[in-house]
Amino acid sequence: MSKGSPISPSLMATKSAGATKSPERADRTADQAVVAADLAAASPVLGPNNVVPPTVMTGSQAIVRSLEELGVDDIFGLPGGAILPTYDPLMASSMNHVLVRHEQGAGHAAQGYAMVTGRVGVCIATSGPGATNLVTAIMDAHMDSVPLVAITGQVSSGVIGTDAFQEADIVGITMPITKHSFLVTDPNDIPHVMAEAFHLASTGRPGPVLVDVAKDAQVGQMTFSWPPKIDLPGYRPVTRGHNKQVREAAKLIAAASKPVLYVGGGVIKAHAAAELLALAEATGAPVVTTLMAKGAFPDSHPQHMGMPGMHGTVSAVTALQQSDLLITLGARFDDRVTGVLKTFAPMAKVIHADIDPAEISKNRTADVPIVGSVKEIIPELTEAVRTQFEASGTPDLTTWWAFLNNLKETYPLGWTEPDDGLSAPQRVIERIGALTGPEGVYVAGVGQHQMWAAQFIKYERPHAWLNSGGAGTMGYAVPAAMGAKVGEPDRVVWAIDGDGCFQMTNQELATCAINKIPIKVAVINNSSLGMVRQWQTLFYEGRYSNTDLNTGHDTVRIPDFVKLGEAYGCAAFRCERDEDIDATIQKALEINDRPVVIDFVVSPNSMVWPMVPAGVSNDQIQVARNMTPEWEEED
Amino acid sequence: MSRHTLSVLVEDKPGVLTRVASLFARRAFNINSLAVGPTEVPGISRMTVVVDADGDLIEQVTKQLNKLINVIKIVELTSESSVQRDHILVKVRADAATRLQVTQAADLFRAAVVDVSTDSLVIEATGTPEKLAALLSVLEPFGIREIVQSGTLAVGRGSRSMSDRALRSA
Repeated sequence: MSKGSPISPSLMATKSAGATKSPERADRTADQAVVAADLAAASPVLGPNNVVPPTVMTGSQAIVRSLEELGVDDIFGLPGGAILPTYDPLMASSMNHVLVRHEQGAGHAAQGYAMVTGRVGVCIATSGPGATNLVTAIMDAHMDSVPLVAITGQVSSGVIGTDAFQEADIVGITMPITKHSFLVTDPNDIPHVMAEAFHLASTGRPGPVLVDVAKDAQVGQMTFSWPPKIDLPGYRPVTRGHNKQVREAAKLIAAASKPVLYVGGGVIKAHAAAELLALAEATGAPVVTTLMAKGAFPDSHPQHMGMPGMHGTVSAVTALQQSDLLITLGARFDDRVTGVLKTFAPMAKVIHADIDPAEISKNRTADVPIVGSVKEIIPELTEAVRTQFEASGTPDLTTWWAFLNNLKETYPLGWTEPDDGLSAPQRVIERIGALTGPEGVYVAGVGQHQMWAAQFIKYERPHAWLNSGGAGTMGYAVPAAMGAKVGEPDRVVWAIDGDGCFQMTNQELATCAINKIPIKVAVINNSSLGMVRQWQTLFYEGRYSNTDLNTGHDTVRIPDFVKLGEAYGCAAFRCERDEDIDATIQKALEINDRPVVIDFVVSPNSMVWPMVPAGVSNDQIQVARNMTPEWEEED
Repeated sequence: MSRHTLSVLVEDKPGVLTRVASLFARRAFNINSLAVGPTEVPGISRMTVVVDADGDLIEQVTKQLNKLINVIKIVELTSESSVQRDHILVKVRADAATRLQVTQAADLFRAAVVDVSTDSLVIEATGTPEKLAALLSVLEPFGIREIVQSGTLAVGRGSRSMSDRALRSA
């Protein structure tokens, strides 16, 4: 391959240093040598790397032992035929296994656990339907880059392919929605596959990894030793940003008059909030945090413009639209942020730092691509910016800030009181945040209540806000809150749920009640599939096709959420009036021996504003129905 | 759209072909041809993938391929810097009256006759897609019964080895 041309070496996480050998890339090769040395210093096998001499055991004992050696404390799962052998040694393990009521709950719980702790979440299910019930959670973790290892039983290798009882090709089914997957048919492969699965899930761009273990591999004898050798020749994530690119970025920042820090969930995944704060203050640039990045930068900070996107603040959306430089950190130009892509931030140059090279220039071409972990890139960029400012002067952002602060003051987030006498859902959510405070954990379902929870709760720290961002999975809240509470038992964990979402996964209240996982569930009950209803109001002439759920005010109330909560062993209340909101939340905050369910009966007529309607430019943002901001009143 | 030939070194593990093929399908990338087989290194296979894509898209294709854990290395081979060949087997009608004409046509393309029966011949040919298309158009008047064609195979010119370098850095 003497003259074969390597493909865009500046952007790729090169799988071979040889592929980048060209004169102008000399410093990159040096970079990679440093990275390689770093990688060698830290073992890729998670956990304490205890040395276990060769010991004969069964495959299922090896699964449990591997999990223990990898430092796993908590597992969410539900047994069945093909995973039964593994559940036997699990009984004797010191690890805490939480028996869920539906495998989807195990998956989301593992996600919630991973999101608050930063550790790999683990879920287990049996073959066939057990495994397919995990699919939604696996896909959700894939979309939101959540480190997750899903272990599934598989029918014996001898009958794979015969349509055996409870056989499903779960490796095939999940191939498009996992970072990687393994089918284990030889018990001797278990230790290294488990170590590789955890390594893959937790490094680079995190994501879900499936380990499917045939029943005979669980039952069979093998020789266990630890730590195993990880053999992944095709996996070498780049963590250090290219020096030259970082300097180029600093030059652009020094030359920009309307810069914006466009911050995505990658900053939270990389635990780089402190580094971001330093960069923001060094540059003086406004910050927008996406739905996945809420809490990466304190909401109370004067440089924070809010959340961009379809339901973002006017100040955040407009900052991006008017910007001349996007400093993109761990974000991916999702369509819910950009609106119509070709009209998004039309004047802006783009710096894009991401650990996944495939995200760079996928949707929006980057002028300065930087592949690496934002944990390492941001401090280097901060340093480079300081040096650059010393050399070429600190840019004057006065005009930019005057424009943005005016927007922030003119178009703050708010709501109008419903015309039907019922409570405003926004008020309920705002009060939950205010009375619980920034140390709480808030987990939303998907829909209107999710947007309001993103808008009206103040996030001051990372890992306090969990939701299903990319996938938009209704039913995420209750099981993810359960997992979050297991991961952070000392924090107050709220599931802010909708009446539609809640009915999808509330069976996990049984798991919470029995296992003493006292989450608090606020059902924002507008008696409908609220976000769909909002679209029907706005775009389908108010024809409410199949969105009425009959759970709210003046309906048959099926189910009655208070009775349902009580049936599951929870404390349960109903709150129907504004004047009871604070007292009800306080009552819930005082109960810590069991889960709490509150049925907040609210108006179905409240809508999420601002809104950029689908299919139009972000310049068409509406602050209320058919009301766009006055762009001309700049001074 | 322009045509690109990618040489992809992959771990020889179950499902790796599915992973590559399904990646192309779900990301709506166009595969023109795909050929896969073992290499001189045990445990490593080589895929030659011919893709129709424009500049930005081919970059996305290679980046997405690189994300597959079993993919070790990708190199784009240009037509100038590599040898690229397709392989074809064609069953052509040929009786006593036309057999000589058919074999002469095959000779012109340095194609070999690999099977003969009373009323047909099987011709085997190797070459660029253009050459094979020309062969087929010459054979067409005699009556083509069957065509079996491989994906493109490609190897870089010169003495260096793609797998050698990939493994040294691995």
